[in-house]
Parts: sequence; structure tokens; C-alpha cells
Amino acid sequence: MGRRTHVLPGYRITTGLTIVYLSLIVLIPLAALVVKASTLGIAQFWETVSAPRAIAAFRVSFGTALAAALVDAPIGLLVAWVLTRYSFPGRGVVDAMIDLPFALPTAVSGITLTTLYAEHGWIGAPLARLGLKVSYTWLGISLALAFIGLPFVVRSVQPVLDGFERELEEAAHVLGADRWQTLWRVILPGVFPAVLSGVGLAFARGIGEYGSVVFISGNMPFKTEIAPLLIVTKLEEYNTSGAAAIAMVLLIGSFVVLFAFNRVQQTLQRAA
Amino acid sequence: MRRILIAAAIVLLAFLLFLPLVFVFAQALRDGWHTYVAAVTEPDTRSAIRLTLTIAAIVVPLNVAFGIVAAWALTKFEFRGKASLTTMIDLPFAVSPVIAGLIFVLLFGNSGVFGAWLKAHDIKILFAVPGMVLATLFITFPFVVRELLPIMNAEGTEAEEAAVLLGASGWQTFWRVTLPSVKWGVLYGTLLCAARAIGEFGAVSVVSGHIRGVTTTVPLHVEILYNDYQMSAAFAVSSLLTIIALVTLVAEHLLQGRIR
Repeated sequence: MGRRTHVLPGYRITTGLTIVYLSLIVLIPLAALVVKASTLGIAQFWETVSAPRAIAAFRVSFGTALAAALVDAPIGLLVAWVLTRYSFPGRGVVDAMIDLPFALPTAVSGITLTTLYAEHGWIGAPLARLGLKVSYTWLGISLALAFIGLPFVVRSVQPVLDGFERELEEAAHVLGADRWQTLWRVILPGVFPAVLSGVGLAFARGIGEYGSVVFISGNMPFKTEIAPLLIVTKLEEYNTSGAAAIAMVLLIGSFVVLFAFNRVQQTLQRAA
Repeated sequence: MRRILIAAAIVLLAFLLFLPLVFVFAQALRDGWHTYVAAVTEPDTRSAIRLTLTIAAIVVPLNVAFGIVAAWALTKFEFRGKASLTTMIDLPFAVSPVIAGLIFVLLFGNSGVFGAWLKAHDIKILFAVPGMVLATLFITFPFVVRELLPIMNAEGTEAEEAAVLLGASGWQTFWRVTLPSVKWGVLYGTLLCAARAIGEFGAVSVVSGHIRGVTTTVPLHVEILYNDYQMSAAFAVSSLLTIIALVTLVAEHLLQGRIR
């Protein structure tokens, strides 16, 4: 490949500029994180990231992100199904609104959900009467993350359902499958990789999410403190290497999640 | 069955998406129109708006320009390492906003890599506008490239090659052949980039130092008001951001039709 001459001009200048810009803005700063975390040495690094408060924060972040992504799976599938298969008044508006969690600044989502679900909030008050506390609990964090993650699932599933061969469903029907059989045997296996991909993206995003969660979480160390907030706390205590260590674990965690979901999805698609 | 599913989806979305949206405006106007106007025009809000727009005005053109350059490199040529380069462009999407802020603290903070040098030369990057610009550049870099890659890949290179063979220069080819065919994609990416640059919270919060009236962007101002228990003011300022988000959504929806 390298020896081939390029027909179009600008190969050197555009690849060169891209690499320089990417290095300055993204790669060198990220390298600084790796370097900083490695100056700690293995023993101290381990001590920092395995401290009870850190472990608790990782559990909150990874646990709520997974719970939220799993909740998003059926809701996202249902919404994507309704949007691709049925036409009803206001469908265009609903479709456009799906991206609201992407478009709305996270601080706005954060204070809005917190106030809505607080003990005296519009939804929080009736729920409190049922004995359910949302804001400042695990449930609240998961709710905020489910809000943030929903578009990932819907937008992953929608194109697949859209392109799904109607013939396949019709064939199943003609061959005598009833509606449930068609759903369970034909449609769900067909969209499963896309759902998984959306869940993976929502999960990974949830792990590092800050703005929409930090208000509703209540930030009680050991209980509702998320890992990104622990990073901020360490920074405020001028403990930059501690912050870097927590950040490394969080970063590797999101990469592993993204990579694993990607792998499973590819395997499933190849099998199909 | 059909009706039940539609109803279920709409009820779920109503609680999850529509209600929060209505709530922002309800809270913003809770204490009346005068309080609302006062909150969005007070000096701190105005300086926050100015700072947010300044940051966006620097970040968006840079990331649009480099986004186009990167998309050109990645779609018009085959070279070794292209796949890894594409993956690296996506990196900011996988990085927590807090970490995006942290990495610039590690570089430019007092105990950071360039900390001593910057202090000696009296240059302020962290807890000042340059740091906030850098963090926002990091967060919003992938948007334009991501939007352009599929469009430019689908377009192929034949039109450009024909133009070059007919004697057009590289610039002419870009301006007359490539750009017209991807202009809606560029606009879409620009929109996403701008919306995120205006709304970014975590990354900017870490590098800002929270100096009221100096390094406070609109989302950070919302946080300050909220933590001060100035609820209607916090939601009034939030409503400005919400209006921007809604306009973005409508524009995205319109542009999607053009791109397809």
C-alpha cells in the first residue's frame, strides 16, 4: 500500500496535520495520565485503587451504569420498534426527541432529574408516599444514567429494525409461526446484536458520566459517591497522583466494556 | 397489540424525556416572568454566556477544520495504520469528562509536566480560559470526523479523481467537488460540536477553578446557582441551555433528511 502513489493530492499534509492535531489535543494529554499514574509505583497504585472508599465508588459507578444499561435495553427496543413499525400522529416529534439526552447539557439533566425525583418533587413525592426514595440513592443514579443511555440503544436498534427483511417475518408467518414465535425466533435474535451494541455504549458512557449524576447521587462516600466524583475530590485535595490512579482504572474499565461488547456483537453477527 | 405498544412507548418517554423538559420551564417561571428575566440578565449570567460563546467560537472552527482534514485523510487514501488512527479519533467518546479535565490538570497544573515552566513564564492555562478551551477541544474533537467518515466513504473518490485528472488543483477539487457533496454533513457535525461545546460540564468544571464571573461558563453557572438554592434562577439559566438543545434537535432532524 505504502508504495502506491495517491491520485488525489494532500496525502501528506492531511495525514500529517491529523496526527499532529490528534497528538496535541488527545494523545499527549492522555499519555500524561498514564505517566502520572505509573509514577506511583505498583504498590502505591494498588493501595490507592483498592482503598475501601475507592472500591465503593467503583462499585457504584460500574453497578449503576450496568443496571441503567440493562433497563435501557427493553425500553430502547420497545421505542425503536414503535418508531420503525408504526405510524402515528407525532411520530416525527417523538423520533427527534429521542436524542434529547444527548443534546441537553448534563448539568441541566442533573438538576432537573434531582428536583423532579426529590422527596417533594413532582414524581418524588408520590413515590416517597410509596416508600421509594429516588434522589440521593443508588436508584437515582441509575435513573439518571438510564436517561443518558437510552438514545444509544434506540439509535443502535432503529436502523437494524428498519432494514430487517419483512420477507423473513412474512415467511415465518406463512410457514405457520404465530406472532409470538415470529417475535421470539426471528425478530429478537435478529436485533439482539444491535441491542447489545447499544447496551455496551450506554454502559461505557455511564461509567464515566459526571454532570447528570453528580447532583442526584448525593455524594455520600462509601454509599453514593461515583468514581468520577472521587477523582474530583482527590484533585481538590491536591492529590493528583491519586486522582490519576482512580482515572486509570475508570478508563481501562470503559475500554474493556466497549471492547468486550464489540467482540460479542461481532461474533454474533458472524454467526448469524 | 399495536395500540398497547405505542401507548407503552409514549408513556415511558413521557416520564423519561418530556416531563423533565416541561419541568425545566415550569421551574424557571415558578417565581414569575420578572424573576426569570432578572436571572437571565444579571451580570454573572451575562459573563457566563460571554465566556461560553467565546470558548465555542474558538473550539468549533478549529474542530470543524481539523475534522474535515482528518476525514479527507481517512477517506481519500489507503495507508498503514489507518484503522488505528480512526480508533484514536474516537478516544474522547470513551473518556469520562472528568478524566478529560484531569489530563490537562496533569499537564498544566502547578505540579504538572509544564507547571514549573508556565509559572516561571507567568502563563496561565489551568483555571483560565486556555485550559477550558483545551478540555472542550478534547471532548468535541470526534463529532465532525464521525459525521463525515460514512458520508465521504459512501461518496468514494471518483468525482475528485476526475476533477484532478481534468487539471483541477487540490483546493479547487475540495471546494468545488468534495465540499458541495458533504456540506450538510459538515453542518450536522458542526451543530453537534457546537451544542456539546456550549453544554460541556464535567471537563470544563475540572479545569475551570470555579472563579465566579471569570471562569464560569453557563453550565457551571447553573451549578453555582443550584448549590446556592437559587432554584428558579438555576432553572431560568437552564432554560436557555434547554432552548439551545431543542433548536439543535430540530436542526438535526431537518438536516438528517438532507443527508439521506
